[in-house]
Amino acid sequence: MNLLEVRDLQVDFNTRNGHTIAVNKISFTVKKGEITAIIGESGSGKSVACYSLLGLLPQPPASIESGTAVFEGRDLLTLSESELRQIRGRDIAMIFQDPMTCLNPFMTIGDQLIEPLMFHKKVSKASALARAKELLVEVGIRDPEATINNYPHEFSGGMRQRVMIAMALINEPKLLIADEPTTALDVTIQAQILKLVADLQKKRDIGVIFISHDLAVVADIADQIIVMEKGFVVEQGDSNAIFTAASHPYTQKLLAAIPSDTKVTTLNDPEPLIQVKNLKTYFNTGTTVVKAVDDVSFDINRGEIVGLVGESGSGKSTIGRSILRLLPITSGHISLDGQDLTKLDTNTLKQTRRRMQMIFQDPYASLNPRMSVYDTLAEPLLLHKIETRKTVEHAVLRLMDEVGLARAFIRKYPHEFSGGQRQRIAIGRALATKPEFIVADEPVSALDVTIQAQILDLMLDLGKQYGLTMLFVSHDLAVVRHIADRIIVLYHGKIVETGTSETLFNTPQEAYTKSLLASIPGRNRLAS
Amino acid sequence: MAHIDINAEKGTSLWEDAWRRLKKNRLALFGLGVLVLFVVSALLTPWIAPYAYDAQNLDLGATPPSAQHWLGTDIFGRDLLTQIMYGGRISLAVGFVATAVALVIGVTWGAVAGYIGGRVDAVMMRIVDILYALPFMIFIVLLMVVFGRNLLLLFLAIGAVEWLTMARIMRGQVQALRKQEFVEAAISLGLSPMTIIRRHLVPNALGPIIVYTTLTIPSVMLLEAFLSFLGLGIQPPKTSWGLLISYGAETMEEYPWLLIFPGLALTTTLFALNFLGDGLRDALDVRRSAD
Repeated sequence: MNLLEVRDLQVDFNTRNGHTIAVNKISFTVKKGEITAIIGESGSGKSVACYSLLGLLPQPPASIESGTAVFEGRDLLTLSESELRQIRGRDIAMIFQDPMTCLNPFMTIGDQLIEPLMFHKKVSKASALARAKELLVEVGIRDPEATINNYPHEFSGGMRQRVMIAMALINEPKLLIADEPTTALDVTIQAQILKLVADLQKKRDIGVIFISHDLAVVADIADQIIVMEKGFVVEQGDSNAIFTAASHPYTQKLLAAIPSDTKVTTLNDPEPLIQVKNLKTYFNTGTTVVKAVDDVSFDINRGEIVGLVGESGSGKSTIGRSILRLLPITSGHISLDGQDLTKLDTNTLKQTRRRMQMIFQDPYASLNPRMSVYDTLAEPLLLHKIETRKTVEHAVLRLMDEVGLARAFIRKYPHEFSGGQRQRIAIGRALATKPEFIVADEPVSALDVTIQAQILDLMLDLGKQYGLTMLFVSHDLAVVRHIADRIIVLYHGKIVETGTSETLFNTPQEAYTKSLLASIPGRNRLAS
Repeated sequence: MAHIDINAEKGTSLWEDAWRRLKKNRLALFGLGVLVLFVVSALLTPWIAPYAYDAQNLDLGATPPSAQHWLGTDIFGRDLLTQIMYGGRISLAVGFVATAVALVIGVTWGAVAGYIGGRVDAVMMRIVDILYALPFMIFIVLLMVVFGRNLLLLFLAIGAVEWLTMARIMRGQVQALRKQEFVEAAISLGLSPMTIIRRHLVPNALGPIIVYTTLTIPSVMLLEAFLSFLGLGIQPPKTSWGLLISYGAETMEEYPWLLIFPGLALTTTLFALNFLGDGLRDALDVRRSAD
């Protein structure tokens, strides 16, 4: 039975910079009791399409040019704002990407939960609260009596997303639209939330639209998959068909971009370049001491790529920054090529920084917005007197060639680039001083899947070419498995398990590692 | 090779790029033109003014604008145009010098406090707080009593008061910026703290600083008028726009032109400054421009 039938939907954007067609004549149906996944990269129009159905797009700049969207016999696109308001939150509910910003920090969970119920159903506060508690239990929050009067900041990210789901379900909607609901979450939490959405959908027999950029995330739960690219639906069909016999080249590209291979390690004579001994990095928050890194020791051999894996709060980024001496450490020793980095004076440290560099997670924050590509890449070269003012331009152009940036972009500023191109600039900056060691802190997690694959390949190529040693910090096991020779699993600031990628993935020893591996989305379908 | 298009537009620094963008903003160029005109005429006043600044014609008294006295004369029969030109010398000098003093001290102080943070920040900002709490007038009177009345001292005194707000704005900006990853990237490249402040932090904080600067210049000019009115600043027969306005205000019912023309001079400057300031802010914000 068709719950929602969208025909020829076209949404245009008219801005000062021109006219764009964000959603181009797309048609799809959502069936009752099914999960329909809409997959696409940023800018593909997947969110715009869904937001336009509920009248959630600001008009202007957006304008719905054509189409119908029939939901229970009514065309959503022709309804007035007040009619839509009756449908939103009652018949069609939404879950958003970021549970941190979608809850009002000044209202208790209970008050926020009962708000939509009291607005749409006009029930008493007591019965609304009772209903809210039932739902909290259903979404897996223990002891709702105690937690219902808590404020959002008292919950973790995963718990907040559960609250968001409870809030969306409280009016028994017939259609649930989930916009990247797990993107901001850790991999184990992501697995839990995915399971929760799938379970609730079955139990209530409702329709779900699941928007995601990541095909792997929806692999296990979607019944139907719609693939969007640049405003067009390029392929749609049931989930099995997409994964086994994708016909459109873009879908094939998306599938190929999911890293699923395990890097086979070729061991040379191990010669440790980086040695970390009993590293402790504590943060003093005034009232408590947070042991971000608690007595960690490991070596990284020359030419090796070591993956550092853990959930948020495991201390993985802190280790990377501690090694590079970007954070003050509490105790322990870190040496680069036998030289103890913790004992260097400011001047020697400055000289040594040339030999170790960092690639950051967010290419939007890691580049100075007021510096052009030329300025950004020339800075390290001039600082360490690798080039002179006269020769630096050639060196910058060579760097740009190496990281795959067109030379014509040399005067452009970061905001003029896409995420992937920005990350290329950041990689170029890190490589400018010809370092031996690089810490890459989640370098691809802010990027679209196909771009991720390109950047990973670039890093592997350059790693080989420069003979780089790398510490690759990531929460994404599939990515680490693809790139790392050896993997270190962290939990709460301590090392849980270490091993080559092959052994760790095939024969994990520790329970925590096993649970991490079990959370990799889409592993069942993609393994076959 | 791509070599050609690089030499075609050699500008690589932020400022060169900003100038290229500013040139496309007509309103800002107009503002800049007006300011340059005022500054040049202020510099050349002794040679181009129609009368000497203390030349009186007591027979005339206050006369409205005429062919001889384009903007009329004041109650002592002095040419108003000449008065405004000489007054502009003082007002513009106070405005620019005192603001420059405030800018240099405030930006440096705020950037250092914000970047280093911790105890240094606490001590530096408490000093700012204490100076804030000090009654401004007593501070100026004290300076005048100790060092005697002196124009340069007046500039410094006003600058020394105005930098406090500048420091606070800058500190707030730097505190937000220094947590960004590009600052961490700069540290890991081995840049020194001063270079990081100069190259990475200050350029990114320029927007609010420029806006505040364009607001500071007119407020400094009015402050000077206030001080002069109390007898702490400029003394007749020397004059400034602020003084002319305050005298004009006293007699505005009988001789309105004595208020209108000095007022026009000040507001024109103010408009020009705002146009230029907005233009500069946009030109320096690389994200705003479409080129």
